[in-house]
Amino acid sequence: MLPGIPLFPEQASTLAPEVDNLYFFVTAVTAFFALLVVVLVLIFAIKYRDRTGERVGAPITGSIPLELGWTIVPFFIAMAIFGWATLVFFHIVRAPDQTLEVYSTGKRWMWRFQHIEGQGEINELHVPLGRPVKVIFTSEDVLHAIYIPAFRVKADAIPGRYSSIWFTPTRAGEYHLFCAEYCGTKHSGMIGRVVVMEPNDYQAWLSGGGGLSMQARGEQLFQQFGCASCHLPDGSGRGPSLAGKYRSEESLANGTTVTVDDTYIRESVLTPQMRLVAGYQPVMPTFQGQVNEEGLMSLIEYIKSLPSTRQTAAAPAAAAVAAAPGAPR
Amino acid sequence: MTTIVIPRVNYLNVKTTVASWLLTRDHKRIGVMYLVVVALAFFLGSVFAAGVRIELTTPEGDFVSADTYNRLFTMHAVFMVFFVLIPVVPAILGNFVMPLMIGAKDVAFPTLNLLSWYVFVTGFLFTIAALALGGVDTGWTFYTPYSSNVSESNVLLAGIGIFITGFSSILTGLNFMVTIHRMRAPGMTWFRLPLFVWALYATSLVMILGTPVVAITVGMVALERAFGFGIFDPRLGGDPVLFQHLFWFYSHPAVYIMILPPMGVISEVIACFSRKNVFGYSFVAFSSLAIAVFGFLVWAHHLFVAGISPYSAMVFSFLSFAVAIPSAVKTFNWTATLYKGAIWWRAPLMWVFGFLGLFLVGGLTGLFLASLGLDVHLHDTYFVVAHFHYIMVGGAIMGFFAGLHFWWPKMTGRMYSDGLATVAALLVFVGFNLTFFPQFILGYLGMPRRYHVYPEEFQVLNVLSSSGASVLAIGYSLVAIYLVYSLFRGERAGANPWLATGLEWKTESPPLPHNFPETPIVNEGAYEYSKREVKVA
Repeated sequence: MLPGIPLFPEQASTLAPEVDNLYFFVTAVTAFFALLVVVLVLIFAIKYRDRTGERVGAPITGSIPLELGWTIVPFFIAMAIFGWATLVFFHIVRAPDQTLEVYSTGKRWMWRFQHIEGQGEINELHVPLGRPVKVIFTSEDVLHAIYIPAFRVKADAIPGRYSSIWFTPTRAGEYHLFCAEYCGTKHSGMIGRVVVMEPNDYQAWLSGGGGLSMQARGEQLFQQFGCASCHLPDGSGRGPSLAGKYRSEESLANGTTVTVDDTYIRESVLTPQMRLVAGYQPVMPTFQGQVNEEGLMSLIEYIKSLPSTRQTAAAPAAAAVAAAPGAPR
Repeated sequence: MTTIVIPRVNYLNVKTTVASWLLTRDHKRIGVMYLVVVALAFFLGSVFAAGVRIELTTPEGDFVSADTYNRLFTMHAVFMVFFVLIPVVPAILGNFVMPLMIGAKDVAFPTLNLLSWYVFVTGFLFTIAALALGGVDTGWTFYTPYSSNVSESNVLLAGIGIFITGFSSILTGLNFMVTIHRMRAPGMTWFRLPLFVWALYATSLVMILGTPVVAITVGMVALERAFGFGIFDPRLGGDPVLFQHLFWFYSHPAVYIMILPPMGVISEVIACFSRKNVFGYSFVAFSSLAIAVFGFLVWAHHLFVAGISPYSAMVFSFLSFAVAIPSAVKTFNWTATLYKGAIWWRAPLMWVFGFLGLFLVGGLTGLFLASLGLDVHLHDTYFVVAHFHYIMVGGAIMGFFAGLHFWWPKMTGRMYSDGLATVAALLVFVGFNLTFFPQFILGYLGMPRRYHVYPEEFQVLNVLSSSGASVLAIGYSLVAIYLVYSLFRGERAGANPWLATGLEWKTESPPLPHNFPETPIVNEGAYEYSKREVKVA
């Protein structure tokens, strides 16, 4: 219709058609109401026009049934949109269980991506076609946001915590990657591209990089910082065993519990006294300033990989009971 | 035409020295003084907008540097939001006509009213100082930790300006509320109040309850910036998202400070020019209060992708849909008011039609953003920019112009050219749509906001948008020209040029220094047009 004017973005993820269908529905509903009001206003304005300015209108003051009607009907239509939109939203925020994970760090004004296998890249993200990918990211300085319009996903990068997006690419090609949260001078230069590749090409690309995997690098850091001397796998050390702890519930010294996730591990490395595990002394030093965001992500990847063993899992629980006598367990 | 009596002594000519203006306690003169400052702020804000639109005609950053661009869009928003949109209707039109509408001699605290103006101007001067020293580059939202720890621009100075200006809002809100409670003429019961007064009452509620929060928030940013308090900076144990909660707790209700008073104006003008009661008076009145109250419960819809829990996002999405309903109710009632009216096509009504068209689009596109699944894609894109300009410029500014054209004869005693005013309304309407409609498409395509350079495929729509902005500029300039011209050459208006009901039309134009020769007594509702001794259409 209008050559050269794009009207609609590419659909390149499984989420894109879901979002677009909702968009078409909301557009249709709102366009209907907009037209209804505009047409009525125009009809009334022309039909009841009085050129003299001296006549008066009909003595109508209102109608309760009409008021109820145009309160209740729009309410139910709004609720229909709300329900549908919320379902789509939960698809967007809930990643499937099995995903390929990529870590990322935003800083002014670039994105670094770190593949678990060891490949690192800047302002480019290579992913395979047809597999769910989860990007876990944070910021080193101010707020940023990862936004991939062709996939219809976006989330803020917030210093001090991890965010994530996920998508399953459905078309090979290159797509825009934007920073969507204003971050200063070169905000509009903090852009890149997502390259969706055929699975075989992706495998070739992955193995072409060399370098240590994140898990291996995490293990190196774990030794280098001396973590291993306290966090013994059998739970007999000065710090709790980390084996199999990822995604488990941990009792804290302050009486609450926490799920051991990326953010909690990160926090425990940087500010270990903040949420101390029950039964342990606050003896761990902070590693703030000694380990960077990517080092942290590698450590997390390493801790995730530690296998669970029965006897080690029981030890901290026993310690927790000992620390809180009288608490039935 | 009957002979028009020009009041020998009115509020304009009673004293004419500069001091008599600067020390006035007359609500009408204070309204006019706000008009002067707001017009200046509007001019400044428009110049910055022009800079932004010129830069965006090409994908490259070739007109200004990235830093200048960031300052342009920030200063555009700071002036437009805090010094135009928030005061434009309540402080100008509200101050001028509200006491007249309720049959009062002045507001409850005339000296406080003057103080509010000085507080406003002081805040304005601080912000001008921030501008003169190079401006601010944080965006008007001042998100931390960029604003508190990183930005090297004049954040503190502008923050102080906004902090101070907030008190002007609070004091005006208090003054209006007490005035509406205590100063109504005999017989002016709550349900005989003009709907503009109801709207101002609801607005005052938001001003009093919301503004202190933004003042506290700005204070916290200042403490962190100046003394390194760890409130928002995670390295000091703070939380950057906390700022967003605090900021939007005020700034979302502030949207209702901007839109509720113009909604009140629309009710007045529609009733007058269709010569009818406002359809469903009490529903329109209570919908203002409902918007004011619900408006406080939707702030986190600005944070759907900022890492809040999906369940709390659900609650805020639900409440955001709920707050749309009272606005829809108002729109249906205005439409129904036209039904079987005797519609007199005059310029103020043309601005109202412009308001209806643009506010409809602005309100309905709000539903897209309240929808969780769509907001993830649309958040921080041009879709949002288009949406809030439709509400704030299409709604608030069109509504203000409707009111200004409606009450201009009352304020100045002069008529402007109805033909030119109609042309201007049309130009603004067309120019506005050309400017902002393409931005909805840009947003869905994925163009992020606050981008100095952008990918080439977005250029055509951006050029359309910039050309629309020039039509818009011509429209606004035309308004300034014929209104200023009318001050000198306009026909005398007489007390009631629109044959309107309402107490403000029962006194002379321009009104006497103390409004009415004697306190009016009210014995009917605000819009009893159809009871007049004239033939029904």
